Amino acid sequence: MLDAFEIVPNLPVLVVTVPLIGGVLTIVMGRGKGPWAWATLITGLVFYFTVLLMQQVLAAKTGTISYELGNWPRQWGIEYRVDALNAFILLTVAGVGFVTTLYAQKSVEKEIPQDRHNFFYAVWILAICGLLGITVTGDAFNVYVLLEISSLTVYALIAMGKDMNRQALTASLRYLILGSVGASFILLGIGYLMMVTGTLNMEDMHDRLAALPDAVHNRTVLVAFAFLLVGLGMKMALFPLHMWLPKAYTYAPSAVSALLSATATKVGIYMAFRFLFTIFGVGFSFVAMPANVVLSVAACTGILVTGVTAVRQTNLKRMLAYSSVGQLGYIVAGFSLANVNGVAGSVVHIFNHAVMKGGMFMAAGAIMYRLGRCDLRAVRGLGKRMPLTMAAFVAGGLGLVGFPLTAGFISKWYLVQGALEAPHMWPVAAVVLVGSLLAVAYTWRVVEAAYFQEPEGDSALVTEAPLSMVLPMWILIGASVYFGVSATFTGDISMRAAKSLLGGAP
Amino acid sequence: MIHFDVSPPLLALYIPLLGALLISLAGRWPNLRELVTLLTAGALLWVVGGMAPAVLADDFWASFAKAPALKLAEVLPGVWLELKVEPLGMLFALIASSLWILNSIYSIGYMRGNHEKNQTRFYVCFALAIASVIGLAFAGNLFTLFVFYEALTLTTYPLVAHKGSAEAIRSARTYLGILVVTSVCFLLSGIIATYAFTDGDMTFRPGGVFRRALADGSLTAPTLGILFVLYMYGIGKAALMPVHRWLPAAMVAPTPVSALLHAVAVVKAGVFTVLKVIVYVFGPAVLVRYGVGSWLIYVAGATILIASCIALFQDNLKRRLAYSTVSQLSYVIIAAALLSPLSITAAALHIAAHAFGKITLFFAAGSIYTAAHKTEISQLDGIGRRMPFTMGAFTIGALSMIGLPPTAGFVSKWYLLQATWETDAPFVLVVVVLSTLLNAAYFLPIVYRAFFVAEAKHDDAHHSSADGHFGDDGDHHGHHAGDHGEAPWPIVVALSCTALATIAFFFYSDLAIGLANQLRSGLP
Repeated sequence: MLDAFEIVPNLPVLVVTVPLIGGVLTIVMGRGKGPWAWATLITGLVFYFTVLLMQQVLAAKTGTISYELGNWPRQWGIEYRVDALNAFILLTVAGVGFVTTLYAQKSVEKEIPQDRHNFFYAVWILAICGLLGITVTGDAFNVYVLLEISSLTVYALIAMGKDMNRQALTASLRYLILGSVGASFILLGIGYLMMVTGTLNMEDMHDRLAALPDAVHNRTVLVAFAFLLVGLGMKMALFPLHMWLPKAYTYAPSAVSALLSATATKVGIYMAFRFLFTIFGVGFSFVAMPANVVLSVAACTGILVTGVTAVRQTNLKRMLAYSSVGQLGYIVAGFSLANVNGVAGSVVHIFNHAVMKGGMFMAAGAIMYRLGRCDLRAVRGLGKRMPLTMAAFVAGGLGLVGFPLTAGFISKWYLVQGALEAPHMWPVAAVVLVGSLLAVAYTWRVVEAAYFQEPEGDSALVTEAPLSMVLPMWILIGASVYFGVSATFTGDISMRAAKSLLGGAP
Repeated sequence: MIHFDVSPPLLALYIPLLGALLISLAGRWPNLRELVTLLTAGALLWVVGGMAPAVLADDFWASFAKAPALKLAEVLPGVWLELKVEPLGMLFALIASSLWILNSIYSIGYMRGNHEKNQTRFYVCFALAIASVIGLAFAGNLFTLFVFYEALTLTTYPLVAHKGSAEAIRSARTYLGILVVTSVCFLLSGIIATYAFTDGDMTFRPGGVFRRALADGSLTAPTLGILFVLYMYGIGKAALMPVHRWLPAAMVAPTPVSALLHAVAVVKAGVFTVLKVIVYVFGPAVLVRYGVGSWLIYVAGATILIASCIALFQDNLKRRLAYSTVSQLSYVIIAAALLSPLSITAAALHIAAHAFGKITLFFAAGSIYTAAHKTEISQLDGIGRRMPFTMGAFTIGALSMIGLPPTAGFVSKWYLLQATWETDAPFVLVVVVLSTLLNAAYFLPIVYRAFFVAEAKHDDAHHSSADGHFGDDGDHHGHHAGDHGEAPWPIVVALSCTALATIAFFFYSDLAIGLANQLRSGLP
């Protein structure tokens, strides 16, 4: 049946066009449950496509699928190119996107006025569309276009939290300014690269850069590299360019925080993979240029500083936001090691962190749904009142700590191994381990409050969150446990991705 | 992928897990809940006991090498969660599962007698902790061991923080903090380094996993030494000084927890892991040859003596017992660190022998608290006449700690002294003798006070209410602390049984000695 519609051969482009058209159509879906149901359908469909795509990539002999839009050869047209790395990230983004859409129903009903639901879901789907597009494309300029789609929609999504707290507007504005600066840096970087190489296709760029005599002393290349590094750092919230993130995640609608924490910065990191590894290549980025030093110092400082900051937060969402910056630090520290285990740890942590943190933001959102706030005081005694929600939060927290049999442990395992293998990089291993202790500290404040303190005020009267919130939450947390107990799939895929990244072209 | 199977070690792991589930379901009916606990404990002992004959068989080691491990799940490509039964783990599982039954009986008396809250959570976490202990005991490789080691920390945390008071939460933080910091920073790095040096081979085998790496020169003696330090200090549960502070902190927990977990299961999990790492990861012969393990003797010796001296000055009974535990744990470590076959036997035996005596002592402490609400040693004048069973059992436990016949403590001390003689280690001999004296010095006064000092009237009651441990007796004399008899019967039954077991161990220690000898015979 699928073949009749030629779905399978066109999968790479369908993951972008279906949500692009679907997103726009959401606006006419009425005011009741229509927009939500439509969004569920679209994101579910896209998730299904990414599963098929993953199967195709695993079956492909070369491990890569190339798709030329409109059959234009890639020198002139746009090429979509899928390998183990982006198939995995597409799967993560679409999967988390689908599950958070399921979750969004109740949360959005509560947090956003009814008459704006169709716009909300329209923007929501377009944001997912942009993120998927960045991930699937093999064309540097197309990356920028889709980056703008995802950024603009995300600014709007964050601002929609204004009905719960007006601070959402300033948070959104701040992200808008910093995000636009980052995006323009990326655009400049791409522009300079095009000047030198005369192409926008990533693989061609790589080949021509490699053929360039003395690229290391070519001013244009160097400037492009610097612009891209800073721009990407901004997008992936690398410390100290993360300033936009905590406020944005804290005041965004709960469903949006869950979606963004799991996908937006991850796609930023994916772009870093493509630019640093695929286009510039390991030899240029990490051997000739000191990007590994810059990145790992920034990441390690970030892990420690934001870990300490997270311990001092009383608002759960803000705490999770700081923790996210730290966890992104793990990912960056991992790939800056530029060896197989480090990069694999980085790739696998993109997925692991997405499911853990997504689930935790959902738990915080469920508390928000019941109590209208989610600070440590509200959490007191909730272990008994909202057992499933709190258990999900704790299970996710244990994952952040990296307790064995959680997904976080798998990431830690690869990262520490990578750090010990790389020459003179053992401090990274130490930082990763100390970072997990900081995670114990901030997770445990919630555990103590929820299980060993008596509830006060309205916390004593609440009941468990509705099933439509608890179920998606547990799908993500369940995934984080499942892929902690049996990480052969995620581990294998990450290894493949790491090897192909380090091998040069995708 | 995940596999399902029902061979005995797996069954032993699943029984307490299933028990935990049933206990939580039966939470509303306390009698049914306690029945489930007892039945689970009984079933566990039956299954674990059923495995012992195979381990004691003459051709055990021949079949051990051939038999495949029981695989539970492939966590990472090539890294399996797997179980494999060997004598040391068998011994540990037997101790934990047999004492769990007695401890459950005791818990019923204690938790009800003291009107503790959240009892269902207590029993559920207890069963989960036992499941972790079983997993730890039967772990087939280093990775599995680490998984259950961490699980044990996690499942015992709610038990330590049980009361929910500010003090309990603070102590539980110390508990979790020290155990997690040591295991994450040192033990995990050690394991990951081991994985790297052995190309992913972390399966326990007599003689150790490093032979090939040492032979081809990729692992050098100094690195091996660093690894050894990482392991010894990574295993915080063994309470080697200076990472022992979590153990006194854990005493804030209800006494059944202190008794089974912080005198038997958790701390023994620590020294068990130490022993297992020495025997099956490094191999005593390798450690001797590269000379990287000798420092451990001195650290363990110092721990024994310092902890004993600290114990001497504790007035709180449970704290004194806790420091005694710290010192006794280092007996196991010092025996293991002697690295001779006989000393390994002594270490394994001491894990068993210490368990019976120490659980009796804790049971007695809890019994006193339940019946008389007394926690300080200075309050115990004449209590032996009111609580003869409790203090009689306490005396037996104390004798076992000192190592006098006819108690369990003598058996292991005998082996340890023999090993000292055999390996010509005068330092250890001095430590053992000094610590025996210290043990006597901090235990016998309690016995003396209980039986031979007359109970102070009235004033003493005031004195103790000023301590704040029980507030209401100063005013109405009818209920003051003097007016009590023995603790509730489940408590008395449990502590009498463990006291008898302490003596029985002296006469019938064949099983323990058999397993310890089997462990020795496996050494290459």
